[in-house]
Amino acid sequence: MSKQLKRVRQIARLNGRGRPHFARNDDTMKHFAQLIKTLDSTNKTNIKVQALADYFNIAGETDKVWTIAILSHRRPPRPVNTTLLREWASELANIPLWLFEESYHIVGDLAETIALVIPSNPSSTEKSLTQFLEEMIALKKKPDDEKKAYLYENWKVLDYYERFVFTKLITGSFRIGVSQKLMTRALAKATEIDEDILAYKLMGNWNPDKISFQELILEENESDYLSKPYPFYLAYAIESEVNDLGDVNDWSAEHKWDGIRSQIILRNDEIFVWSRGEELITDKYPEFHAFIGAIPNGTAIDGEILPYPKGEIGTFNDLQKRIGRKTVSKNLLKKVPVILKAYDLLEWEGDDIREMAFIERRKLLGKLFHSVAEPVPNPTQAAAKRAIETAVSSTAETSVSSAVEIPLHLSETIHFTSWEEAAKERGRSREVHSEGLMLKRKDSPYLVGRKKGDWWKWKVDPLTIDAVLTYAMRGHGRRSNLFTDYTFALWDNKENGEKELVTFAKAYSGLTDAEFRKVDNWIKKNTLERFGPVRSVTPHHVFEIAFEGIALSKRHKSGVATRFPRILRWRQDKKIGEANSLKDLKDMIV
Amino acid sequence: MKKPLLEFTGKGIYCSAADVYLDPWKPVDKAIITHGHADHSRWGHKHYITHLRNVPIISQRLGDINVTGKEWGETFTINNVKFSLHPAGHIIASSQIRVEHKGEVWVFTGDYKTENDGISTPYEVVKCHTFITECTFGLPAFKWTPQKEVFKDINQWWAENQAEKKTSVLFGYSLGKAQRLLKYLDTDIGKIYTHGAIENMTEVLRPQVDFPETTLITKDTKKEELLGNVVLAPPSAHGSPWIRKMVPYVTASASGWMTFRGARRRRAIDKGFVLSDHCDWDGLLESIKATGAEKIICTHGYSDIFSRYLREQGYDARTEETQYGEEEDTGSREAEVATALPTAGGAGA
Repeated sequence: MSKQLKRVRQIARLNGRGRPHFARNDDTMKHFAQLIKTLDSTNKTNIKVQALADYFNIAGETDKVWTIAILSHRRPPRPVNTTLLREWASELANIPLWLFEESYHIVGDLAETIALVIPSNPSSTEKSLTQFLEEMIALKKKPDDEKKAYLYENWKVLDYYERFVFTKLITGSFRIGVSQKLMTRALAKATEIDEDILAYKLMGNWNPDKISFQELILEENESDYLSKPYPFYLAYAIESEVNDLGDVNDWSAEHKWDGIRSQIILRNDEIFVWSRGEELITDKYPEFHAFIGAIPNGTAIDGEILPYPKGEIGTFNDLQKRIGRKTVSKNLLKKVPVILKAYDLLEWEGDDIREMAFIERRKLLGKLFHSVAEPVPNPTQAAAKRAIETAVSSTAETSVSSAVEIPLHLSETIHFTSWEEAAKERGRSREVHSEGLMLKRKDSPYLVGRKKGDWWKWKVDPLTIDAVLTYAMRGHGRRSNLFTDYTFALWDNKENGEKELVTFAKAYSGLTDAEFRKVDNWIKKNTLERFGPVRSVTPHHVFEIAFEGIALSKRHKSGVATRFPRILRWRQDKKIGEANSLKDLKDMIV
Repeated sequence: MKKPLLEFTGKGIYCSAADVYLDPWKPVDKAIITHGHADHSRWGHKHYITHLRNVPIISQRLGDINVTGKEWGETFTINNVKFSLHPAGHIIASSQIRVEHKGEVWVFTGDYKTENDGISTPYEVVKCHTFITECTFGLPAFKWTPQKEVFKDINQWWAENQAEKKTSVLFGYSLGKAQRLLKYLDTDIGKIYTHGAIENMTEVLRPQVDFPETTLITKDTKKEELLGNVVLAPPSAHGSPWIRKMVPYVTASASGWMTFRGARRRRAIDKGFVLSDHCDWDGLLESIKATGAEKIICTHGYSDIFSRYLREQGYDARTEETQYGEEEDTGSREAEVATALPTAGGAGA
């Protein structure tokens, strides 16, 4: 189809649907590639937002929808597998496959490697992004020789950066530091539609091949406003002694849970789950659909999403299995279900109650919790029960009464009459898988953002272990010319009884600049092997590593995952033989 | 078995027949030096032999040394071994070293590039039996664009920053890259300011090359006068307090490593220009072919991969460990290195 004809059809299609957009359009792949290049060549959020907003202002209608889809991980399925891509690219570049693989290993990105090894071309393309994507969708069903011909044709005519972008569209997502949140901000800037409303519009399943920009973004729906969250109130870590906070009776305390800070909103029989980054994560945690009907409309709860395997609160490591999953398998839902540990109420019976004193809000939250925990049967709830049972494929244990299990828990208020008593409870934090205590002033309103004074984090002291430095990588920002990102190992016994060092954690903070320079200098002289930006070094130095939590993990080589590991001090007084063992670490697991 | 003409020892590349070292990394009695970068010309040798035009460079960096200068192609004999220096095109006054003994010829490249940069004496093909080559960029992913195009981009970048009322800070090693950039910056756009390390080295080179005017940034330099102009600085200045004077500024780096998208981002630099003083993949292969050598020894860079490829192409190629090219990708503290840390690396990429 000619470009012109296509444009006419596009406009006709738009005419049929709503108001056509006659702004100056630039819907070439070139334009999209330029956008990606700009996004990729800055670390500054504002420039990224501006570049995206500019793009949304002039890109063609369908290209805009595709761009939104691509940046929110809604790519069409991969039309060619990577084995074939590698073979064909090395063939076109006239290099042996092993050399291509070595180059790939060093470059670290398949599309980038392909774009680099294929001889450069000064020419370019006039095809639109949409056309490329339509071709790629069609390509999936074609035989291999046609796929190869298609790739060769495009690899040969595109210039370096377009070739990179084209190949990236085939192989995977763009890692250019553009979150869905950032894209939504840009879209808000370009369309002047509220950011939270756009976040809601972009949720769920929509097909970029079928939906228009008008339908997806511009059309106004009453329901858009239903999801709007309140800004989160964030606490600072306590700076001095708790005694300095004054009268113990002015303060309320509860455990500081280690999960995903969330706001759950029920309005008009719909549920919306927001993360602290103000991303809508409703689809990721289907468990909470059970709240519909059980919790009245016009409610907004502030709390923590926590993993709840085997009927008790798990570790953050358990939750890792759920984070980042767009779709959740039945099996995973069964293995790592989640609950909401509720600690505040922001909206009640449709009213914004943030100005109310904290303890008053807590009273209402308690009331809400008890009404859910001891439910009166009602038909909507029964439906909700059926829904969740289908989703979770009936995990309901016989020990549980016929009452529906609503995954809502209350973050219990700790009763204490002195700071010593509170400190004692804080000492128990690891046992209950919390990070310490939260102290909240009883008469405080719910503020916006990070404010000092009313809420404090009072974390437990970290766990520590002595480990051996084994790998190093360059740092970031002003440390980019120093090796400051380290990997640490602990001793373990091999089957034959020999001792070996097993990697257990990475850390990149905790030393002074002078110490980093000293270690950096040593690393450069004691490098054993280089793997791209990473170097292995002679085991020689011992560091004391601090971390917040610890859990068994199958994903880690050591079998253990630590939370927030960082360097506490450089133990120059210790030899590597004096470092701790993996067993010492495992013994810390409660 | 006959001893090879050049051996790789713990101190450097050694010619036992002449009892002389080429670019040694440990202190020795007699050293022939290819060029002025810190990983090739180190401290502590009793006697240095190098190209005449490199004498002021290494004297500036190493201070009071015992050094003899030679012309291109001038043969000098030590214990019946014939030596001569030939242009390597890497930086100003950089040489390859030709070694001949009993009819056998070896060439050591030091660092080299095939593109004529207009300020270094252009690379010359030297026929030999054994060719010791660097391969810093010995991967097919590295393919340079002619410098004319790169400089067009650099000047355009400068003009764009100027339009936004920002200072352009351009990073390049104080010896080599900085002068190459300086030579082609378009002074119609604005003024060129320099960091002390670059100003000092440029002063040393002015008698050899016609460079545009530069202004050294001192503590008296006003922030306002920098706006819209370009500042040449060594990579070590990135993130230092010195650079705060340039606010609001945009940073760029000119290096072969800028080929990789990740490299620019890892260094937190706004813009990367691919401009190298080493050979790219094709440059390496073409020069090797042109020397007519059958034996190739690959030193610093992607030497294992590169020598494997050469073997597949029918060469007798192997890898030898050296201490060149350490930290070439950062060239981090080369200014300090030259004065304070004689054993650490730091050369131009």
